Amino acid sequence: MSKLETFTYDDKIVRDFAVATALWGIVAMIVGLWAALQLVFPELNFTAETSFGRLRPLHTNAAIFAFVGNGIFMGVYYSLQRLLKARMWSDFLSKFNFWGWQTIILAAVITLPLGITTSHEYAELEWPIDIAIALVWVAFGVNMFGTILKRRENHLYVAIWFYIATWVTVTVLHVVHSLEIPVNMTNSIPVFAGVQDALIQWWYGHNAVAFFLTTPYLGLMYYFLPKAANRPVYSYKLSIIHFWGLIFIYIWAGPHHLLYTSLPDWAQSLGTAFSIMLIAPSWGGMLNGLLTLRGAWDRVRSDAILKFMVVAISAYGMATLEGPLLSLKSINAISHYTDWTIAHVHVGTLGWNGMLTFGILYWLIPKLYNTKLYSKPLANTHFWIATLGILFYTVPLYWAGWVQSLMWKQFEPDGFLTFGNFLETVTQIIPMYAMRALGGTIYLVGACIMVYNLWKTAKTGKVEDVTSQALARVNHVPLKGEYWHKWIERKPIQMLLLATFVVLIGGLVEIFPMLLIDENVPKIASVQPYTPLELEGREIYINEGCNTCHSQMIRPFRSETERYGPFSKSGEFIYDRPHLWGSKRTGPDLHRVGKKYPDSWHYNHMLEPESMSPGSIMPSYPWLVNREFSTAYTAAKIRILQSLNTPYPKGYAEQAVEDLRDQADIITASLNKDGIEQEDLEKKQIVALIAYLQRLGTDHKPQLILEK
Amino acid sequence: MKIILFLVIISLILALGFLVAFFWAVSSGQYDDDYTPSVRMLFDDEKTSNKE
Repeated sequence: MSKLETFTYDDKIVRDFAVATALWGIVAMIVGLWAALQLVFPELNFTAETSFGRLRPLHTNAAIFAFVGNGIFMGVYYSLQRLLKARMWSDFLSKFNFWGWQTIILAAVITLPLGITTSHEYAELEWPIDIAIALVWVAFGVNMFGTILKRRENHLYVAIWFYIATWVTVTVLHVVHSLEIPVNMTNSIPVFAGVQDALIQWWYGHNAVAFFLTTPYLGLMYYFLPKAANRPVYSYKLSIIHFWGLIFIYIWAGPHHLLYTSLPDWAQSLGTAFSIMLIAPSWGGMLNGLLTLRGAWDRVRSDAILKFMVVAISAYGMATLEGPLLSLKSINAISHYTDWTIAHVHVGTLGWNGMLTFGILYWLIPKLYNTKLYSKPLANTHFWIATLGILFYTVPLYWAGWVQSLMWKQFEPDGFLTFGNFLETVTQIIPMYAMRALGGTIYLVGACIMVYNLWKTAKTGKVEDVTSQALARVNHVPLKGEYWHKWIERKPIQMLLLATFVVLIGGLVEIFPMLLIDENVPKIASVQPYTPLELEGREIYINEGCNTCHSQMIRPFRSETERYGPFSKSGEFIYDRPHLWGSKRTGPDLHRVGKKYPDSWHYNHMLEPESMSPGSIMPSYPWLVNREFSTAYTAAKIRILQSLNTPYPKGYAEQAVEDLRDQADIITASLNKDGIEQEDLEKKQIVALIAYLQRLGTDHKPQLILEK
Repeated sequence: MKIILFLVIISLILALGFLVAFFWAVSSGQYDDDYTPSVRMLFDDEKTSNKE
């Protein structure tokens, strides 16, 4: 017979993560608001560290990994202990998880403004931080599985499945995506190039959305919504189908970020097909959440917590319907590279993640501090402000996306582009950018009200240890006639392996053919590796975050080939480590910008964009003219690239800096000719950047070599 | 033509995955007893004690 055990939950760690969630949430929103305002008032790009190209990655990293990341840990540490009737396995690992994660966020806050970045969206942090992330994430996993193994409750509630799948998949994604060769402490070269790097990045990028912003939060939904409503989830069966359906299909959808690019067509179609299929489990989950409130809708009218959760789940439903629709090629042709995408992701983050986090915080903080919420009216105010904020944020951006895309595609009867000057399509939507900033401000004000409310709540409460009682753990003997799924529900390790297996099949099937089959990336004879100076220039392009606003991927539409030049071919990117295809055109595509303008045009444009394009919202980059680029690692980079099969001549590394100086002198001479004189001009970053920009897309020749 | 081969493999794995998923759905007892966990999670059996 088993005996009754008494034990204490570790709620200190939950409180710590809750505080971190609220505070980093405010930081993420402030940085986002700042970046949004920069698009309306370019003079808000004060310094190199605060220019849009560097702030935008800081905003996305803060929102995803600091705000939502801490939210995940907060919710998991609270619910896991109670669902398993056990204290966390190791208090040390819990603390390590907390302080490690905050240190990583701090490292991001320091390195991203300094321009230390891999350029890969949502994985901008450089390799030393990547290793730290892996360590902390593993600590979290060990702690979670340790707790699962010593649990006093046999059944693994559906929320825990979502946590397990999250941990497994994020581990796999992070490791595969971080395959890079370090150059020095702040720089690395990815193993994959061009189209392969792009596929890997969006395999990661899409699944970061799926397994960091979605599955853990679904777990939280399945725990905190029933708790807040005090009624069981509508259908436990449906939650099981929701789980397996979602983790199986999600991993395949990544290529929908690369529609109409140089990615092979079959891979694009595969991504689209699976994206459409995602509607089923996603909406099953949404309905399961909403129907949990059946018979309790009268409470939703007065209870702010439930209101937050209802809007969150509705936003989840809207975003997961919109996502598959955006994966249809005909719609993607309009939406991609525009602010439509930005609106879409903010329905997800502000609506789904934000509102669910707020709801959980309002429910959790009074519990953690053993008191009542300080002010219900303030919580209700926050709800309405936040909901309005989301609308004011997204509606203008949907509008802006449509308007700009239609302007890009508009032709005159004589066959010329109506808006041949890209800038016209930007100035047209600046009022919408202003509206969006207003929406963001409203949302931020709401969050500040919440922080005040929660702070007052915590002050009136007192911290107490929460003890619970449960029957001690006994080894289970299978019952006659029980369904076999029960077996897996009781076995976390088997469950872990199975989930990994299911997740991996999807990833492998998509990526391996790309790595193995040469014919997927047709080589083009005229495409040559970058010169040493162009390599250094490319790195400046990456450090300044140019790819944040400029794509390098001309899609095969007449409206694009007319504007930018011949469409991009995969063979043109085989030396691009990392790829710089981009995902947004706040400015024009740059893939064929090479030789389009004289060197002096670029010099003046980088120094003061408005001097060349009046009305431009691009930041000025005066520091490029003053700072010298480093050649300390040029040789090292060449050697690494050679080891990755970039065909530089043997022993070229020794000669690289000399070649670099020669090319810099040529560009300097051309600048001098146009009247630009400056001391040590040939050593300045601007020269390297011009070398790279002038090279872009110029190797292209129509004939392909179809060789093995 | 290798791409065709890969497409076939992908389709097969896909079909297999669906088959497995279907068997899971049928045999995991979802039409049976998948209700009590959703109710049990609502009860925490918590006692708070002041540690002073």
